[in-house]
Amino acid sequence: MSALLQVEGLKATYGASQALFGVDLQVASGEVVALMGRNGMGKTTTVKCICRLLRAEGDISFDGKDLRRLPAHRAARLGIGLVPEGRRCFADLTVQENLTAAARPGPWDMGKVGMLFPRLGERRTQVARSLSGGEQQMLAIGRALMTNPRLLILDEATEGLAPLIRQEIWEAISQLKRETGMAILIIDKSLKELTQVSDRAVILNRGRTAWTGALDGLDPELAHRYLGV
Amino acid sequence: MTRETLFNLAVLAGLVALPIYAHLADEPFTITLATRAVILSLAAVGLNIALGIGGLVSLGHAVFFGIGGYAMGILAFHAQNYMPLMEAPFLIEGTKSMPVIWLVAVIASALAALVIGLLSLRTSGVYFIMITLAFGQMFYYFAISWSAYGGEDGMSIYVRNGFPGLNTLIPIQFYGLCLAALVLALGFNGALARSRFGLALNAARQVPDRVRAVGLDPFRLRLVAFTISGAITGLAGALFADLNRFVSPTMFSWQLSGEFIVFIIIGGTARLFGPVVGACLFVVLEHYIGGWSDYWHIWFGLLLLVIVLFGRGGVIGLIAGKARAHG
Repeated sequence: MSALLQVEGLKATYGASQALFGVDLQVASGEVVALMGRNGMGKTTTVKCICRLLRAEGDISFDGKDLRRLPAHRAARLGIGLVPEGRRCFADLTVQENLTAAARPGPWDMGKVGMLFPRLGERRTQVARSLSGGEQQMLAIGRALMTNPRLLILDEATEGLAPLIRQEIWEAISQLKRETGMAILIIDKSLKELTQVSDRAVILNRGRTAWTGALDGLDPELAHRYLGV
Repeated sequence: MTRETLFNLAVLAGLVALPIYAHLADEPFTITLATRAVILSLAAVGLNIALGIGGLVSLGHAVFFGIGGYAMGILAFHAQNYMPLMEAPFLIEGTKSMPVIWLVAVIASALAALVIGLLSLRTSGVYFIMITLAFGQMFYYFAISWSAYGGEDGMSIYVRNGFPGLNTLIPIQFYGLCLAALVLALGFNGALARSRFGLALNAARQVPDRVRAVGLDPFRLRLVAFTISGAITGLAGALFADLNRFVSPTMFSWQLSGEFIVFIIIGGTARLFGPVVGACLFVVLEHYIGGWSDYWHIWFGLLLLVIVLFGRGGVIGLIAGKARAHG
């Protein structure tokens, strides 16, 4: 199976300091891949490079197209839906307006997002800034789904949320996997949930791909070294 | 119905009722004053699309106002002197017909906004303000040195241009035309703000990177908004020139651009009727305090200070309560 997203030898710098030294990563169609590593190992940077929000060296291709020549919005239009770290909804717009602003034609619409996250359906006319953290996170995921992506990227989607809300979000992710066959790249810290939902994991260490494989095959010693667990 | 909607309807009712009263009471000057207020409102409604929704603080919107004015001036000048505008390669005659003049004004100012936007929207913040200001000054000095059309002195048009089926020389009829244009522009503005384009433009003001991440190009959104914005202000310029039957380089002046911004801030930024309230208040104060003291700008400045410091939602914010935050 040829990969939907193919990243090879990715290098990136912030000003004078280099953050990525060679990240390799593939996501096939319909595959759920966990991107893991301790803080500061380059997970979010990798995602920013994929979404063209940060300049990078190395090969990034999506569906056989070279992403490095495209501006960020064109990359997104190819079918990459990003749920950014820290949610960042359009704070002054209502739930419905947030979703409308992002909408692109395809199977995902306001009704389906409302079914995936009933809480959002109930709060359509509420302004995003007045939502709770968990609801904002759901809105950020809903907004990405409204673009009808082929690859959904979730950057720390459950960080800092109450256990019950986290559970709702994990359930939504497994539902997406079961029912849509959408490719998903997840950055998260919860090893347990990632082991359940992901097909494969890519672990970054010091800006390089250090390990890749199915998470239930991860050696405890490596887990301790790379993930600190 | 929200308080803001009620207030907007009251403003609109006032704009309809007052001139009718003035017409019946035979006070044509009041109608002229109201016409001035409505046209300046229209110009600021145009700017409000760029500034209110898109967050683009343009200090050069008088460029489009002036282009609209000169479109009217040049076409009418050629018509009244029976001199064609151009003979080769094809003949273009002047015209005294408002619909044609408006069309030319809208197209010319939209084109100018497109070109200015292409260059200035690559910057943001204070650089954007400075570049739009620089374009404004360029047009201003060009108009001053354009001696074929009056240069610094501007040019007068003897008779107001015509509109099919109306006698535009009667103040109330011309007022009706201007009010209709304003209402159409407000309706358009309201629909635009709720459309997917308007929402995305609003979002691009808040977090441009997130807008890119959902596949939209903030630059293109802003460019389209800036072009529409310029076109509406251009139409207002053509009407303004017709009201005064006079065009001069002051229509390009940066002070005027600043006044448009002030109208919006006084009325309420990103409020649909903000520019209308601001412009009306300006015209009323200019007339009444202006008649009482030559230094009326001082008092107007004080009002602006009070509103910026204590009522950040502008007059509409004070009356109808806080809108959704704008920041």
